Amino acid sequence: MGEEMTGAQSLIRSLENAGVDVMFGIPGGAILPAYDPIYDSKIRHILVRHEQGAGHAATGYAQATGRVGTCIATSGPGATNLVTPIADAQMDSVPMVAITGQVPSSAIGTDAFQEADIRGITMPITKHNYLVTRAVDIPRAIAEAYHIAASGRPGAVLVDVAKDALQEKVNYEWPKNIDLPGYRDHSQPVPQSIRDAAALIAQSVRPVLYVGGGVIKANAHKELRALAELVGAPVVTTLMARGAFPDSHQLHVGMPGMHGSVAAVTSLQKADLLITLGARFDDRVTGKLSTFAPGAKVIHADIDPAEIGKNRHADVPVIGDVRLTMAQLLPAVKAEFAKSQPDLTPWWKQVEGWRTTYPVGYDVPSDGSLSPQYVIERLGKISDPDTIYTAGVGQHQMWASQFISYEKPRTWLNSGGLGTMGYAVPAAMGAKVGAPDTTVWAIDGDGCFQMTNQELVTCAINNIPIKVALINNESLGMVRQWQTLFYNQRYSNTDLHSKRVPDFAKLADAMGCIGLRCERPEDVDKTIEAAMAITDQPVVVDFNVFRDAMVWPMVAAGTSNDDIMIARELAPDWDSQEL
Amino acid sequence: MKTHTLSVLVENQAGVLARVSSLFSRRGYNIEALSVGPTQNSEISRITISVNVEGHALDQVIQQLDKLVNVIDIIELPASTSHQVELILVRVAVANGASDQKKIESVLEKHGAHVVESTATSLTIQQTAKPAEIEALISELTPFGIMELTQSGVVAMGRTITS
Repeated sequence: MGEEMTGAQSLIRSLENAGVDVMFGIPGGAILPAYDPIYDSKIRHILVRHEQGAGHAATGYAQATGRVGTCIATSGPGATNLVTPIADAQMDSVPMVAITGQVPSSAIGTDAFQEADIRGITMPITKHNYLVTRAVDIPRAIAEAYHIAASGRPGAVLVDVAKDALQEKVNYEWPKNIDLPGYRDHSQPVPQSIRDAAALIAQSVRPVLYVGGGVIKANAHKELRALAELVGAPVVTTLMARGAFPDSHQLHVGMPGMHGSVAAVTSLQKADLLITLGARFDDRVTGKLSTFAPGAKVIHADIDPAEIGKNRHADVPVIGDVRLTMAQLLPAVKAEFAKSQPDLTPWWKQVEGWRTTYPVGYDVPSDGSLSPQYVIERLGKISDPDTIYTAGVGQHQMWASQFISYEKPRTWLNSGGLGTMGYAVPAAMGAKVGAPDTTVWAIDGDGCFQMTNQELVTCAINNIPIKVALINNESLGMVRQWQTLFYNQRYSNTDLHSKRVPDFAKLADAMGCIGLRCERPEDVDKTIEAAMAITDQPVVVDFNVFRDAMVWPMVAAGTSNDDIMIARELAPDWDSQEL
Repeated sequence: MKTHTLSVLVENQAGVLARVSSLFSRRGYNIEALSVGPTQNSEISRITISVNVEGHALDQVIQQLDKLVNVIDIIELPASTSHQVELILVRVAVANGASDQKKIESVLEKHGAHVVESTATSLTIQQTAKPAEIEALISELTPFGIMELTQSGVVAMGRTITS
C-alpha cells in the first residue's frame, strides 16, 4: 500500500516523479486543490499573467532544454487559453504536458461554472489527452502523459483532472511500468531501408540533405555533421532546423522555402536526390507541391510513419529515430563509397554559383532610417554563439532566421508550423528558465509583442532577465508586405500606429524592465551593448525601423519554387547560370 | 473511388469513438459507414469503418489512425477475404392489398429476408446479408414504396481460410 494522500498531492508527487522541475501556470477554482501541495513542492512554479504565456513558456523551456515542458491552468477559460500554445507545440512536435483542472465529475456535462470540455476541444491538437475523474488514475495518467509527450515524435499531451479527483483520498502508487498497447515504438530503422538509402546516396550526383526540426528533437546534430561531411552534399536547414547544422559550415547553403536562399531553394529544385532527415515537406518549403524538386528521388527518414508519403512520395522510406538512422547510415554509406563514390564537383560548381551570385541580402533604406535586417544582423554578430533567440511570427522572424548565424542546436526557437504571433516573449521566458546562464534574446515585432508582452512582468518579478529586440515597423509587417505585393498597396488594417503609442520603452519600464530605444543606424551597436550589459533585469529595446523593408527572396504562396524572386519583380538571371 | 473496410481495434475507453471520427473529419476523409461494438475481450472494442478513398489516401488513413494512442490495431478487410455483413430494417407500403403483399413476399423469399411486423398497410422487414445483397433487396423493394429504412454499417471479420 502506498502512502495515503489527496488526489492533489498525488498529482504533484506524480509530476515530481516524472522529473518536472518547473511549471508555468495560473491557479483558479477547479485546479485550486493542486495549488496547495505546489506550495510545499520542490517544483518551481512560475505564476504567469496569462495562460497562453504559460503554454509558450513550457514550449520555450522544452525547445531550449530538450526536456518536457509543463504548464498548468484551471478549468474553462484557463484551459481554453492554453489551446493556442497546445496547438503550437503539437504542430512543431514539442514535448509539452498541459495540466488542467476540471469541474467536479458530477457537474461535468451540466454547463457548470467555468466548465469547458477541454479534452474534446484539444483532441485534434494533442498527441493524446486524458480526462481523469478518479484520484486512483492520476499517477498513471501523468506517467503516460510524460512518456507520450517525450517519446517517438514528441508532442503535446493534456491531462484534465476533475476537482473531486483532486480532493479524494487515495493511496499513492507511481506505476512501475507503462502499458500502452496501441502506442508503438518506431525508433529502430529497418536494416534494409538503411542499405537502400545508402545505395541511392552512392548513385546520386546531385544530392541535397534536406534537414528538418526532427534532427534537433533527436539530438542528432553530431551524426548529421558526420553524414553531411561524408556525403559532401549541400545541406539546407528548414525554419525548424536552424542550428541543427552550423551556418558557417561550407556545406550549408541556407534555409529552403518561401523565404529561403536562392541556393537552398534551387539546389532542392535541381537535385537528383533529397536526403530528407526529420522534415515533413511542409507547403512553406515545397511551394507548389507538383513542381517541387521534380527530378529528385526521395529518401525520407522520419520517426512518424504517417509523414512518409503524406505530401511527397518517398522512394526509400526510413522509419526510425533520425539519430539512430544517421548513425547506421554512416557505415552503410562508407561501404558503398568504398565501391564507388560519385563526383559531386559539377554539382557544387552550380550550387556555388547560386550561393555566390545570390547571397541573402538587403537594401539599406535611402532615407537614413534604420534597416530592420541590419539591427538583427548586428545583434547576431555582437552576441556569442551560445545565445538563444526566440522570434514571433512575420517579417522579423524571417529576418532573424536569415541574418543570424546559428551554429548550435536549440539556439533558435520559433513557431514554425502554427505560426503563432506572440510566441517570442513567453517562449524566451521559458528558455531562460531552462537555461538560466545563457543569454536569451526575443526578437519580436511590434504586432506580436502587443499580444503577449504581459509576461515581461512575470520575468521582472521572478528574476528571469530576458532581452527583447523589438523590430518596430509600426505595422503588421508581413501582412503589409503581401498587401504591397498582391493587394495594390491597399493597407487594410495593418497600420498599428505603434511608433509612439504605446511608448514601448516606458511600457517596459512600467513592467519592471529596462526600456531602451534606438532610431539611428549609428546607435545600434552601442544600444545592443547597453542591453547586453544589463544582466539582472529584463530589457526591451525598441528599434524604430524602416517600415517598407521587405523579406526577400520570396516564393509567392501557391507558386513554384522555380519562380523564386530575389526582389520585387526581380527573378534570378538563370540564363547566365549554368543549369 | 473504391470503398475500403477497416477493422479497427481500440481500447474500450470513453472518447475513443470521438478520437477516431474527429481524425477522419480533420484530415478530410469521408466515412461512409461506421459501426462500433464489443469484442470477446471486454477491454477492447471494434470499430468497423467503410471509407471511400484511393490507394495513397487509404495508406494515410491507416497511418494516421495508427498514431492514435487508443488504437491497438487496424486491419483492412478486402471483400474477397472477409465476411462482411450489414443489417437493415425496412418498412414497405402495402398499397394494393393482397397482390402487393404476395409480390413483396416473393422478393423476401428470394433474398431470405423476413417480416418482423405486418399490418394492413405495411410490412416491416429485417435482413442481414452482404452489402451487395442488401443493396439488391432495397432496389427491389423500392417500387413498392419504402416508408422508412434504417441500415447498420458493415461489420466484418477476416476469413479463417483465405485462399
